[in-house]
Amino acid sequence: MPVAYIPRTRELYSDFTPYRWVENETVPWTPIRKPIAQSKIALMSSGGIMYRDQPRFHYEDASYRRIPRDAAREDLYIWHFGYRTADAEKDPNCVFPLERMRELEAEHIIGELSDPAFSFMGGVYSARKVRDLLAPNIVDELKRAHVDAFYLVPA
Amino acid sequence: MVEEAGIPTLCMTSALDITQAVKPPRSVFVNFPLGHQTGRPNDPAMQRQIVHDAMRAFETIATPGDIVQLPYVWDPSDRTWETQDYTKGWMPKRPSPEASDLAEAERVARYSK
Repeated sequence: MPVAYIPRTRELYSDFTPYRWVENETVPWTPIRKPIAQSKIALMSSGGIMYRDQPRFHYEDASYRRIPRDAAREDLYIWHFGYRTADAEKDPNCVFPLERMRELEAEHIIGELSDPAFSFMGGVYSARKVRDLLAPNIVDELKRAHVDAFYLVPA
Repeated sequence: MVEEAGIPTLCMTSALDITQAVKPPRSVFVNFPLGHQTGRPNDPAMQRQIVHDAMRAFETIATPGDIVQLPYVWDPSDRTWETQDYTKGWMPKRPSPEASDLAEAERVARYSK
């Protein structure tokens, strides 16, 4: 049985004002224009990954980090308060599969992994902040990079 | 927002109930513990399978809001995480601010000339 996260979140954060989940009625849709094997794909993780000496994330942080697509594992760091990060610190590919995407590109399963990849810290209570501050910046980045598709991995 | 800007999107999830409320355009669900969305640490074969399946889903999801559920099982012999995860006491204690700041200073120092 998949875990019921909504009631579990309510219980875990019972000391706080109950979180108001975003509930969408409609679903936006852009059809893919070409096969994935010919597509340039951008990767983003909400796991709180930083590259080298990039600034650490903090609570209610709407910022994001640009991670070079060929970043070495030892140059990736994690800051996040909302999940157990030990395994992601051992192997960031658990929540940020950069190495796997590079391999799929080498095997021509995807056309290209876009440079840079992105990460933010998903433990942001304010959905408004994410929508109004973070999302438009990501849209700009993706348009500038002329990506064909966007792949988001949560932590 | 990205989808509305004309870029097809796909997101992964381990939280089926949340995803069903949010209704992203395309989702791929894997029933794994939080922090392990794309697999076990240092298990590139499993990670690769999951990510490959997600890439395929870009092409196979035809109905907006559909959630493809992958069949992978975290650990057939141990399902305790399904009751323990995201409950009080599950998160380890945060390091002290002093310990955090020290780790942070060490990280930054590693990269200064």
